[in-house]
Amino acid sequence: MLKKNSINKNRFIQYTQAINEALMQSMKLDKKIVILGLGVDDPKRIFGTTNNLIETYGKNRVFDMPTSENAITGFAIGMSLGKYRPVLCHQRVEFALLSMDQIINQAAKWSYMNDGQMSVPIVIRLIIGRGWGQGPQHSQSLESLFANIPGLKVVCPSSAYDAKGMLISSINDNNPVIFFEHRWLHSTYSIVPKKHYSVPIGRSKIVKKGNNLTIVSSSYMTIESLKASEILSNYGINAEVIDLRTLRPLDIKPVLKSLKKTKKLLVVDNGWTQYGISAEIITRVATIKKLNKNLAINRMGIADTPIPSTRNLAKLCYPDCLDICTEVGKILNIKFKNLYSKFKSFRAQDVPNKNFTGPF
Amino acid sequence: MKINKNKKIELFYSMIRMRMIEEKIAEKYSEQEMRCPVHLSIGQEAIASGICMNLQKKDQVLSAHRSHFHYLAKGGSLKKMISEIYGKETGCAGGKGGSMHLIDIQAGLIAAVPIVGSTIPIGVGLAWANKLDNLKKIVVIFFGEGSTEEGVFYESINFAALHNLPVLFVCENNFYSVYSGLNKRQPKKRKLFNVAESLGVKGISLDGNNVEEIYLKAKKIIKSVQRTNHPFFIELSTYRFLEHCGPNNDDDLEYRPTSEILFWKKKCPIVKYKKKLLKEKVLNSKKLDKIYNEINLEINKSFKFAQKSKFPKNSNLMKNIYA
Repeated sequence: MLKKNSINKNRFIQYTQAINEALMQSMKLDKKIVILGLGVDDPKRIFGTTNNLIETYGKNRVFDMPTSENAITGFAIGMSLGKYRPVLCHQRVEFALLSMDQIINQAAKWSYMNDGQMSVPIVIRLIIGRGWGQGPQHSQSLESLFANIPGLKVVCPSSAYDAKGMLISSINDNNPVIFFEHRWLHSTYSIVPKKHYSVPIGRSKIVKKGNNLTIVSSSYMTIESLKASEILSNYGINAEVIDLRTLRPLDIKPVLKSLKKTKKLLVVDNGWTQYGISAEIITRVATIKKLNKNLAINRMGIADTPIPSTRNLAKLCYPDCLDICTEVGKILNIKFKNLYSKFKSFRAQDVPNKNFTGPF
Repeated sequence: MKINKNKKIELFYSMIRMRMIEEKIAEKYSEQEMRCPVHLSIGQEAIASGICMNLQKKDQVLSAHRSHFHYLAKGGSLKKMISEIYGKETGCAGGKGGSMHLIDIQAGLIAAVPIVGSTIPIGVGLAWANKLDNLKKIVVIFFGEGSTEEGVFYESINFAALHNLPVLFVCENNFYSVYSGLNKRQPKKRKLFNVAESLGVKGISLDGNNVEEIYLKAKKIIKSVQRTNHPFFIELSTYRFLEHCGPNNDDDLEYRPTSEILFWKKKCPIVKYKKKLLKEKVLNSKKLDKIYNEINLEINKSFKFAQKSKFPKNSNLMKNIYA
């Protein structure tokens, strides 16, 4: 028994496999869950996330779709009105832009505009691209675009553990849920229980405890923030890192609690800073009178430009753990000596890991 | 196929009832108590009546912005519709939708939305679910010819053909998208049902103002959709008598040729049918009076109900954003 438990405890699996397990196990429990999307049963299986689904559940539950993003989203809404629970997938966020009418005008409004008589339990998996020269239309972080809309739920788990648990929660939710997966998180590993479990939507999480300052981030930038906190510890700075995990409904409480202690906030946005997540977090914080006295606040995000293809310029767009440290230094009035030379190996390249050889 | 006398009266009753309801809306609109956009369908009665007369309660209908007649012909509650337009808590959507978001799930009116073409894929998705569950019911999607200019129309027709879905596409061609005539929007001589056919969905074109023909043809088509699970497309030419949005006539704006307006007014589906039924002695003035009285009574009751109803409480504002 002991042995079996210890194996389970150390069950490191990849993010993509965690997604796959969530789909596999949910589909087993509920026959009304169906998978829709271009390529869900193709040889690549959405980066492996839809592996074995069609073999296990058949062609009446796993549907390759025409290249009709707007209509597909409408079909998913229609199916949900017929008591199905569709999980729709786009290989890049940008394709979902073709379906904004169905997402914003229809799915997000449905429950409200009929005053609760019907709802739309659908999950839309959107994959955020980055690196390997994907350029302006395959590497956008548009979470805040969706998080702006009442009626949607927006989640962006940063670990394999959360990915599995939150996808299960998203599927079980009776509302439209936009489920963001960062392509660079796909190759990360974490301890993931084999069983079917859920991680609630709407709870942010302290992923590293600390007391000198609070770093708030989400999605892939949580990883960079954690790396930054490791580097900062070399300079005697103990940062608390909070992963938002859900952008709507936003759970600000852990941030407020942390700030009571640290009085210093850096928000690391996964996307552009203007009108985005950092603006939301900082406003929530700054408008609380009790808290805003003597608060030091800073934010950072992707350069305010479309992302160019060439790696030479693209690397200038993405802040990484060392840039996070520099921004932390601005709050604390510290210049970290030899930061960029000493911790060079921590820097992200244009690939998620050294095994990655393109093209996606 | 012949129509019996009772069915003829039913068809007439359905059409005249809908027209009288909208005439009452138009009459009372200036009181400024119905404070939401209304897209009246007066002149287009025959399509909703002729199609929906063939549907069972379990069949499902989706519509667009000009949806009053589809809602009523499918059996939607009149009291709840008028209350919704008045913005009252007793409305079919609790006052949150207004005239453009009618719904009566019990009656099978699943949704109506004002974004042109938007309910087409939703209806197709619903038909898909019905087929997967082998429910033997059909989905009817009403939309205007403007919808056929939307990309999602092609995407949806393509998919319905691909998966053989039990859905009936009903295209009401009234030749105008707001003030923009069809000649400015689509090539001359295009038949919309040909577009559907080229994508793999069979179709026909019908006179949208001839209620008996619509009823009879739709009967066959609906049976075949039910039997074969194959989608079908009906294009019907018709004409709205009033302005695009609002209670008035807007022909003074001269965006529609006078000869065209006169042509269609002569083809009024109700006047024509009434004449026919009087000639056939299915109706007489005594019977007509009885019908008018009955409908007036129902309408007055419904308006009184709506006017007396309360507005939704402030606490309802934040309710049902999420399920």
